[in-house]
Amino acid sequence: MEPGEIHALLGENGAGKSTLMNVLYGLLQPDAGEILIDGAPTKIRSPRGAIRAGIGMVHQHFMLVPVFTVVENIMLGAERVRGGLLGLLDQRRARAEIVEVSQRYGLQVDPDAVVEDLPVGVQQRVEIVKALTRDVELLILDEPTAVLTPQETDELLDVMRSLKAVGKSIVFITHKLGEVKAIADRITVIRRGRTVGTASPDASREELAAMMVGRNVSLTVRKGPARPGEPVLEVSGLVVEDDRQCRVVDGVDLTVRAGEILGIAGVQGNGQTELVEAIMGLRPALAGTVTLAGRRIDGQSPKKVLRAGVGYIPEDRSVDGLVKEFTVAENLVLDTYDLPPYASRLALRPAAIAQAAAARIAEYDVRTPSADAPVGTLSGGNQQKVIVARELSRPLKLLVAAQPTRGVDVGSIEFIHDRIVQERDAGTAVLLVSSELDEVIGLADRVAVMYRGRIIAVISPDTPYEEIGLLMAGCSVDGDGAETADARGSEESA
Amino acid sequence: MTTPTTEADPNRAAGHDAAPKTPPAEPAPPDSFTQQFLQNLWAANTVTVTALAVVLALIVGAVLIVVSDEDVLATFGYFFARPGDALSAGSALVGSAYANLFKGAIVDPAAVADWIGGDGGWQAVFAPISETLTYATPLVFTGLSVALAFRAGLFNIGAQGQAIIGVILAALAGFLLPLPPVLHLLVAVVAGAIGGAIWGFLPGLLKARTGAHEVINTIMLNYIATYFLTWIIFQEGVHDPDRTDAISRPVEATAQLPLLFGSGLRAHAGILLAVAAVWGVAWLLNRSTFGFELRAVGANPDAARTAGVSVTTTYVLVMAVAGALAGLGGANMVLGSTASQLTPLVVAQIGFDGILVALLGRTRPWGVLLAALLFGALRAGGNQMQSVVGISLELVTVLQALIVIFIAAPALVKAIFQLRAARAARLQTNLAKGW
Repeated sequence: MEPGEIHALLGENGAGKSTLMNVLYGLLQPDAGEILIDGAPTKIRSPRGAIRAGIGMVHQHFMLVPVFTVVENIMLGAERVRGGLLGLLDQRRARAEIVEVSQRYGLQVDPDAVVEDLPVGVQQRVEIVKALTRDVELLILDEPTAVLTPQETDELLDVMRSLKAVGKSIVFITHKLGEVKAIADRITVIRRGRTVGTASPDASREELAAMMVGRNVSLTVRKGPARPGEPVLEVSGLVVEDDRQCRVVDGVDLTVRAGEILGIAGVQGNGQTELVEAIMGLRPALAGTVTLAGRRIDGQSPKKVLRAGVGYIPEDRSVDGLVKEFTVAENLVLDTYDLPPYASRLALRPAAIAQAAAARIAEYDVRTPSADAPVGTLSGGNQQKVIVARELSRPLKLLVAAQPTRGVDVGSIEFIHDRIVQERDAGTAVLLVSSELDEVIGLADRVAVMYRGRIIAVISPDTPYEEIGLLMAGCSVDGDGAETADARGSEESA
Repeated sequence: MTTPTTEADPNRAAGHDAAPKTPPAEPAPPDSFTQQFLQNLWAANTVTVTALAVVLALIVGAVLIVVSDEDVLATFGYFFARPGDALSAGSALVGSAYANLFKGAIVDPAAVADWIGGDGGWQAVFAPISETLTYATPLVFTGLSVALAFRAGLFNIGAQGQAIIGVILAALAGFLLPLPPVLHLLVAVVAGAIGGAIWGFLPGLLKARTGAHEVINTIMLNYIATYFLTWIIFQEGVHDPDRTDAISRPVEATAQLPLLFGSGLRAHAGILLAVAAVWGVAWLLNRSTFGFELRAVGANPDAARTAGVSVTTTYVLVMAVAGALAGLGGANMVLGSTASQLTPLVVAQIGFDGILVALLGRTRPWGVLLAALLFGALRAGGNQMQSVVGISLELVTVLQALIVIFIAAPALVKAIFQLRAARAARLQTNLAKGW
């Protein structure tokens, strides 16, 4: 790393990017090899040591205490104290430092705001300010854009440029090729724990992608035209609250037809999660109706919704999708364990469960040492394939796929996309929710843009990228800045 | 560089980049069976850690025995002058203490010799085992109760209260209902289970409906049950009219669990019931749809809910079943040979000991059975140790506590014995964390 350089670290999920950086930041200890700082080998034993060596890190999952204010969070670990032995916190001095740092680098943060009330993009800024107040020379950003809108991403890139201008070095970890090309001075590609090469930002997307996965990958989804049939899922006037009693779904109308994929595009946190949970019966709807092939399913238990022919790929597989301690075989029947042939009355039938597991492991190419291995020992992509196998191997009318490829390696993404398209072609209605705009555009036959709990437009996936980005940020297409009304009228565009 | 959009077969194509993700499953050079066995034994698996925890507890116990004996302690006063005295006195005392612990719990060689020589009956030979079984029986039930709840992610501290309500209903059925022999026993046992089930159902329902934490509620219900027992003993029809102290009428002979080896030995049919319960709980956990739900809820309630399992219903049912098991343990205390009347301390500490048994048994049903037998053996042997060597019975309680501490802190045992880390160790740490 040179001073004042932005170095992108590119690699698939599980390639070892985060592990490498955790070693740099002292969270993990290397088994072999050494780290040179200014030419001198340095042992970094803890995050404190890393900060002393001038290395700061912004983690993928923010390391902030939600109920603390911005000042308290930034002080944490480097508390300013006064009063000698009494060790009183000197919030005033800390606050002044923060204001100074945020002005110097153009990072606007309100020092007295409580972190949990801040939008994600601002929380990230707090993390950056936190690192900068420690006088670091090297800043590690671990997948910083995963949770940002395109506009917020642009702002972040601007911040990175201004940091670079004052001579700070930045390691930028990502798997998004576009951002890398936009900002990096140098690109190092990592695959399976090894450096496979360095590239300059002029390398083409395809070249970079090929280096990342070790072969040429198709970046587009192979699919034919949709043949939409009867409406399967009809959502009308749906209102849902989140855990903090905020109306995060505020009158959503949606129709998904048999044999089509409706993609919901939107920045995370605009009500997509709650919308899906309400459809699945996991969260009560305050108003509105959900019908599946003409039958009301709102107010039903999750079991009834699943049994009515809805397949569900939850957005967070480790929380909602899998029981990690359970075996692959058990996870493959997690929502059908009490149905024949897997059970007869009260008793499970292990033979039938094992047989089904063997068949699905083969069909969905789940890489596992055995069907009896705990699913938590599998890689992310293979865990996701277990969920996909489970959900697609029963007869479905509707598939609800939330972030179906989050944290999944490129090869598995391709596989999962193909299976979703196959399911569509077999006449299933598919509701796809993804914060990866590329995924929505590539996979969906129609795109519904969700912003602040409403569907503000239903558009064709051929709509220019920038236009969708603006819609996701809540701006209308013609750019007058006014929020588009909910797009009930644009439903015909399908 | 062009993008090949015409990959031959999508399924196959997706396959080969995932391949390197799985760790290379190269089989290690095949070891001989003995080598593997020894390696496995010395790795920190559950059995080894448990066995070593018992050894460690006995070592600490030996120190306590020596320190608490004035005569032996006196010899340590001139340790440097005549170390032999101190060492021989110490080792003699510890030796005879643990020898009697063994004789009281498993078998007394003298009794065997007498029996072979024709001087004693076979009953003296089996007396220690019989005592061990008698003490172990209720602990099997309460241990299963805690273990079952734990597998569903619930910490049932209320086995004590559930056992108390169980013992009350079993005793009431035992002396209030005039029923023919076999039916009477059956009704009394079921009454005990129902009593416990009600006392488990309540905190389960509170947890499911209001989110009230089961730890708090089961502790509170323990108090209520304890004082309810004291109150009910003095009620008319329950209290023994010939006595002034807190003791109830005796359970009718028709409702008592039959003795297994005749009138000379205390072991009763309760142990058979306990083994049946172990088998039943093992089946329930591993082979039933309810057990699947229970384990899923215990391991990841969010995923269970998403997969259509009703987490709240599962909580209520699990607590009711756990309560029923503890209630059976309570019923054993008054229908078996331990006692036949209600007294304020009729269930002793079986509910709390059940927590230790469940932990020692690693919340596995058959593990619970073994742990209960160990605790039963310690208790039975402790009686003999007290009467013959004069070491107080409380030492046994200390030993039990030490064993559980060493189990709950597997890292300690591993550090002391320099064990290799094994996969099995994960469970223990989880267990220790969860509690």
